[in-house]
Amino acid sequence: MSGRQPVLTMTAISKSFPGVRALDGVDFRLFPGEVHALMGENGAGKSTLIKVLTGVYGNDAGVISLAGQQVSFSGPMQAAAAGVSTVYQEVNLCANLSVAENIFIGREPRTLGAIRWGEMRRRARDLLVKLDLHIDVTQLLGTYSLAVQQMVAIARAIDIQARVLILDEPTSSLDATEVEQLFRIMRQLRDEGIAIIFVTHFLDQVYGIADRITVLRNGRLVGEYPTAELPQLALVEKMIGKELDVLESLDEHAKRDLAAIEANTPFLQAEELGRKGSVVPFSLTIHAGEVVGLAGLLGSGRTEVARLLFGADRADHGKVAVDGKPTSLRNPIAAIGHDIAFCSENRRTEGLVGELSVRENIILAMQAARGWLRPIPRRRQDELVDKYVKALSIRPADPEIPVRNLSGGNQQKVLLARWLITEPRLLILDEPTRGIDVGAKAEIQKLVVQLSDGGMAVLFISAELEEVLRLSHKIAVMRDRQLVTELANDHTVDADRVMQTIASGTHHEGPEA
Amino acid sequence: MSTSKARWAAVTGHSLFWPVVALIALLVANTIYRPGFLSVEMKDGHLYGSLIDILRLAAPLILVGLGMTLVIATGGIDLSVGSVCAISGAIACLHISQQPDQNALGGVLVALALGVGLSLVLGVWNGALVSIIGIQPIIATLILMVAGRGLAQLITEGQIITINSEPYKAVGVGYLLTLPLAIFIAAGVALVVAAVTRRTALGMIIESVGGNAEASRLAGIRSGRITFLVYVISAVCAGIAGFMITANVSSADGNAAGLWIELDAILAVVIGGTSLAGGRFSLGGTILGALLIQTLTTTVYAMNISPQTSLLFKAVVVIAVCLIQAPAFRARFARRRPAAPAAPTAADQPKEQVPA
Ligand SMILES: Nc1ncnc2c1ncn2[C@@H]1O[C@H](COP(=O)(O)OP(=O)(O)OP(=O)(O)O)[C@@H](O)[C@H]1O
Ligand SMILES: [Mg+2]
Repeated sequence: MSGRQPVLTMTAISKSFPGVRALDGVDFRLFPGEVHALMGENGAGKSTLIKVLTGVYGNDAGVISLAGQQVSFSGPMQAAAAGVSTVYQEVNLCANLSVAENIFIGREPRTLGAIRWGEMRRRARDLLVKLDLHIDVTQLLGTYSLAVQQMVAIARAIDIQARVLILDEPTSSLDATEVEQLFRIMRQLRDEGIAIIFVTHFLDQVYGIADRITVLRNGRLVGEYPTAELPQLALVEKMIGKELDVLESLDEHAKRDLAAIEANTPFLQAEELGRKGSVVPFSLTIHAGEVVGLAGLLGSGRTEVARLLFGADRADHGKVAVDGKPTSLRNPIAAIGHDIAFCSENRRTEGLVGELSVRENIILAMQAARGWLRPIPRRRQDELVDKYVKALSIRPADPEIPVRNLSGGNQQKVLLARWLITEPRLLILDEPTRGIDVGAKAEIQKLVVQLSDGGMAVLFISAELEEVLRLSHKIAVMRDRQLVTELANDHTVDADRVMQTIASGTHHEGPEA
Repeated sequence: MSTSKARWAAVTGHSLFWPVVALIALLVANTIYRPGFLSVEMKDGHLYGSLIDILRLAAPLILVGLGMTLVIATGGIDLSVGSVCAISGAIACLHISQQPDQNALGGVLVALALGVGLSLVLGVWNGALVSIIGIQPIIATLILMVAGRGLAQLITEGQIITINSEPYKAVGVGYLLTLPLAIFIAAGVALVVAAVTRRTALGMIIESVGGNAEASRLAGIRSGRITFLVYVISAVCAGIAGFMITANVSSADGNAAGLWIELDAILAVVIGGTSLAGGRFSLGGTILGALLIQTLTTTVYAMNISPQTSLLFKAVVVIAVCLIQAPAFRARFARRRPAAPAAPTAADQPKEQVPA
């Protein structure tokens, strides 16, 4: 490395927000032809460093140089023009434009000013095929799942001829297969000499692709290391500043007697529940104290199942019973009335209200259930909020700041806290650990175990199969918008077996096209 | 950064800083132009002066602005408030004009009740169009904005109803405890709206619906009801403002009463720091915005600026305030200033660690 010149250097970068020192004298170097992992806990300052680099925020102090020239970008457009292409942590595309338009917005192929739509669509399709994504590029982006949106954002970024490609948690909602596609492309770009900054909380991915690692903690640089010289445990220690011990105790929690739980009366029974264009009718029973995992590939209909059970979408087929009594989950209010809670995977558009404070976001569902005429007394609010800010280690711990100012992982925890304080009997978690750091992820998994031991039913959706296997008593496998089978999570079940089941569904081949 | 500098930054960064500066600047300009501007004198137990006039004349705008604030906070807009002013003023004046004794308090109270009742119905109409039928707020309220003028004409039968009722006139120009009654009414309504929104959870829920409608739905908020409610509140506020406007001139003119007040109200809300996109709202900000607009109007009259240029003058001040408030504009402005060179303070701090 030493012989070459870095393509990018950031020196002594500092950035403060009111009350928070997000970056404090951070140095960062990036060489051509490397994948450089930027690591750190939630709120460590990773996204802020990226936003300072691309001019989303101005920096209070420090110097940035790109290819030897000092630069100070006014925003992402200017940065892209200078060869710095970025996929931000929160997908920031336009849901109401088509997939193709989103990929080419601002740089559409034109003749004499007129957009060549046909060519645009064709190029968009080709680009997505490279990522092994076969979707209709004329559809509105908003009609696709978050994972697809994430892939589209990546496609857009790699199509810009860049010297530096920045990917801030691009894989947070992708499945193993998509991650593999992405890595293939990343390696290809790296070999072409492009420098890639890669942020993730998945340690396996770091060791799978990164050449070097820079670790931040609390807005400060901890150090820069070649991946080969930093074992995984040492990395975790550097990130959290202490040793991690919670994970081990969790293993194999779920492989307990499913029989005992199934003997309970079922909390929720869905019978042939379905919705046209969304999920093929399925039947699913969830008992009190049971963790049901939903496994399946991108677009297999996991989120759609969750939405039907919460009434976020209205079922047009089938029946539901709660506590053995037939009922209808026609809207979220009806579901909440039955003590069902739903943490959406899409925290920014379907979860949080960015302008409202952390406290207000946490009490929102509870307050909504009480009605506006009966405000929760302020003292009670503070108690509840305090308790969960501590329990989930939400940082910064000031509940009065707007939730949009929190780092991505901390926002996720706020959403979780909102539903936990309502003490639901069925908690539907759609990618609850998305974007959450190693330490907090273990805490959340532990929490799920505790809650289910305490009698709460949990429907757990995660792109990370290990997590599903670790927590679930029973795994429902989805494929092509159909629930193909249920596996009791006993000793015979492991990741391979679930993958096989996913792959060998009897339905027709190929992802949704 | 020294603490005094930080405190100063917090003050200038406050969303109401520039409106306050503009208001003070206008008052100063007026005082320079007419040294007696700020003086307030006591005559027959009543306070008189330009400042008092501004407060009194701003009262209807404050009322309309309060309702508008809530509507805008949900992400909507209410264009019909001017027409509602005219209708409620017209029905009240019509009722009084039919009384044998126009000065009888009973008849006036019934007139006020009629006006409030009719406004309520109009608010229900708007609310239903928006929240039940799902018409875009700007279109839904445009219907009543246009049709409402016709309705007011219908009530007054195309005439200007002139009345001679002391109790009704008092709503506009009467005095109570040395101050104009209108000020008390506006303050009273403001307190009620503040209590209804901030003492209950209504305010937060409105902000939630306006900030992110889908997330609010999934959190179990009945956003339809909330939306409905704010249009009703807005119409009732406008109805009360209609009494003041007609009482000021002791007559109801279906065409002129409350004309263009929706625009001033929207401006007051925006100047007060509530975003047109919905979300966080500030009732205090709206009151300040209304006062600023009324001061501007008074200034224009006092300085004998010709009517043609007066609108322009108003527009310039409003644009300036809005621009300075806009985060994007401020960010650009801040970026222009030379950034401090790589601060040595940050660089020579030891790079190692801080407890986790
Ligand atoms: N716009 C903002 N206003 C105020 N504070 C902010 C803002 N953006 C970030 N912060 C704060 O700066 C700190 C660093 O946040 P950042 O988003 O960089 O973290 P991160 O390392 O990307 O974390 P994550 O892994 O959760 O995405 C956090 O304490 C966050 O609350
Ligand atoms: Mg981040």
